[in-house]
Amino acid sequence: MMYDFFLDLFGNEILAAIVTGVTPLLFILLFVLFAVWLERKVSAHMQDRLGPMRTGWHGWLQTIADLLKLIQKEDISASANDKPLFNLAPILVFAGSYAAFAAIPFSSYFIGSNLDLGIFFIIGISGLVVAGILMAGWASNNKYSLLGAMRAAAQIISYEIPTILVVLTVVMITRTLNLHTLSEMQTGYIWNWMIFGGPGTGLEKFLLIPLMFIGFLVIYTSTLAEVNRTPFDIPEAESELVSGYHTEYSGMKFAMFFLAEYANMYAVSAIVSALFLGGYQSPIGYLGNLIGVSWLVPIEQFFWFTAKGAFFVFVQMWLRWTLPRLRVDQLMALCWKYLIPIAFVNLIIVGLITVL
Amino acid sequence: MSFETNKSIEYKPVVKTEHMVLNMGPQHPSTHGVLRLELELEGEIITRVIPHIGYLHRCFEKHAEAMTYPQVVPYTDRMDYLASMGNEFGYAVAVERLLGIQVPERVEYIRVIMAELQRIASHLVALGTYGADIGAMTPFLFCFRDREMILSLFEMTCGARLLYNYIWVGGLSHDLHPDFVRKTRDFCTYFKPKIKELNDLLTYNKIFIERTANVGVLPLDTAINFGISGPMLRGSGLKWDLRKDDPYSVYHKFDFNIPVGEGKVGTVGDCWDRYWVRVLEMEESLKIIEQALDQLPEGDVTSAIPKRIKPPIGQVYARVENPRGELGYFIMSDGNVNPFRVKVRAPSFVNLGVMDVLCRGHMVADIIAILGSVDIVLGEVDR
Repeated sequence: MMYDFFLDLFGNEILAAIVTGVTPLLFILLFVLFAVWLERKVSAHMQDRLGPMRTGWHGWLQTIADLLKLIQKEDISASANDKPLFNLAPILVFAGSYAAFAAIPFSSYFIGSNLDLGIFFIIGISGLVVAGILMAGWASNNKYSLLGAMRAAAQIISYEIPTILVVLTVVMITRTLNLHTLSEMQTGYIWNWMIFGGPGTGLEKFLLIPLMFIGFLVIYTSTLAEVNRTPFDIPEAESELVSGYHTEYSGMKFAMFFLAEYANMYAVSAIVSALFLGGYQSPIGYLGNLIGVSWLVPIEQFFWFTAKGAFFVFVQMWLRWTLPRLRVDQLMALCWKYLIPIAFVNLIIVGLITVL
Repeated sequence: MSFETNKSIEYKPVVKTEHMVLNMGPQHPSTHGVLRLELELEGEIITRVIPHIGYLHRCFEKHAEAMTYPQVVPYTDRMDYLASMGNEFGYAVAVERLLGIQVPERVEYIRVIMAELQRIASHLVALGTYGADIGAMTPFLFCFRDREMILSLFEMTCGARLLYNYIWVGGLSHDLHPDFVRKTRDFCTYFKPKIKELNDLLTYNKIFIERTANVGVLPLDTAINFGISGPMLRGSGLKWDLRKDDPYSVYHKFDFNIPVGEGKVGTVGDCWDRYWVRVLEMEESLKIIEQALDQLPEGDVTSAIPKRIKPPIGQVYARVENPRGELGYFIMSDGNVNPFRVKVRAPSFVNLGVMDVLCRGHMVADIIAILGSVDIVLGEVDR
């Protein structure tokens, strides 16, 4: 694992722990820089525009320029704010999404902490985001922020239920909560991925395929809602609530929310691909194994995992720039009337199949 | 005895509750300008809406009294700035009626072409921003891309893209550019498939229908009582269009339909119907433009412009079908070179009045959908 690797390298436990902790942060920052640029270009090309073109080749430096601008900005806070909560909220939101990266297996070596309760930990720690958002909405002392925060809390908590139910179906088949083990079980070729029924064989696998597809669709829809992306971007619906819970934030504190949003986008995509699409496993085998260079394999795995995550992030952008937004009551109806019953029935049938 | 019984069942609330008052605008991304809505909310349910207007008041009507008749034209541009051609058209029609002059055929045809192009441009803004209000950004940019082509046509004709000062009393400021007819035909052929694209992307989108069907239903009798006009009235199901029902200019020479709301996906008179009427009207406008281009007569466009406009004592009310509804000019002349009184019947102002009725009982998110479907321009509401 990564910690052991760095421990061998540096020979110092504290240094190794720090480096292990900082590596996902580095990944998040680089990914966010890329994703924000990608979002602009994707939206621009979908809308017959060019998007940023002036800063660097096809505007790839635009995000860095934006970041520099945000750092220079004045940190405004209104006099009626609840100061401690107002300052704590962005940190909490970002901490929630950053901590989730600890248990995400980027490759068989690059995993912050090989927790046995990996997926459980991620779902739990993501709950911090809700607390942060509620805090932000309350502390801003702005009616729009408060409305946005209440909507966000209701939405994220509701949509956690179908997510957890689908995670449970996968866990029932694999009998592990450890994301590393889960990814290792889906090794081999593309038909060993959970979306194609997992590593099992025979009738059981055959029966699981449609159920896994349904589970995949349910979890992808609910994770979209959990990270507040269109068509579920109701908490920050700009045409109604200005920008929801982060209306009052500026400068670096706003950047923290922004960073957390994009980090979350990747985190949920990573979870979906780890659960259903083989995690870091390659669909076509490894070049490293083929030519006998074993250190190449983890790098290839890292590439595959990032590529799968980036693909889902792209689909999120695609949906965002195509679909309108649901209303808050329709959103709740979708969750409680459709997704949760489907996920429940799915869970029961998968349970029966695995027992029998 | 009975008094005592009554007292015993008297209800005393333990917890004091009150409605939340939310101030929406004048700085808000979706109020389409500087409109301020005072919302009374119970949770997210709206119990009352009070529109506050006047943030863009520029005393147009009073100003016009100090100006000669031709000098008023550029000021009419600034009322409904998304449909400036229509405003000028209405003013020119009113003053010409007051003067009792006829303008050449070519002028009338060009005016109609401009007004219909302007209608398409205005509806494109209405539909695009409506999509953006509901959360779909891409249709908004598609609409603006197509509107850009119309603005280029206007720019080619009179040098301005938004405020034209093109339709003058008795004529036009310039004749058409030699390329105008060809480029307008090109635009018509280009634009027809784009309407289908918009329908595929937004109109028939399931989420869009969920958000707009059965929302903000305006029954026909309420609409008539409030004096609603334009696509809002037609969305409620009444075939009322001044181009047919009170023809002015050369509209009687063209063959076109008046689309009305039919409640295709919801109730008649809901937000989707108003939206849909605008989409269909763009197609009808294209028809009119093509017919007008085919029949466009030759001639001089400035010959009928009076050297000195000094109407006889009297008054006139002339109305035209602007993209937002019935735009009426009441002009009173005391025989001088400047009007004694100018009063504008602004469709946006009248249509905005029905907001409270439309919004009650809906959610905050629906306010945006309803306001977008009313399609106001604050320059015209406040004048």
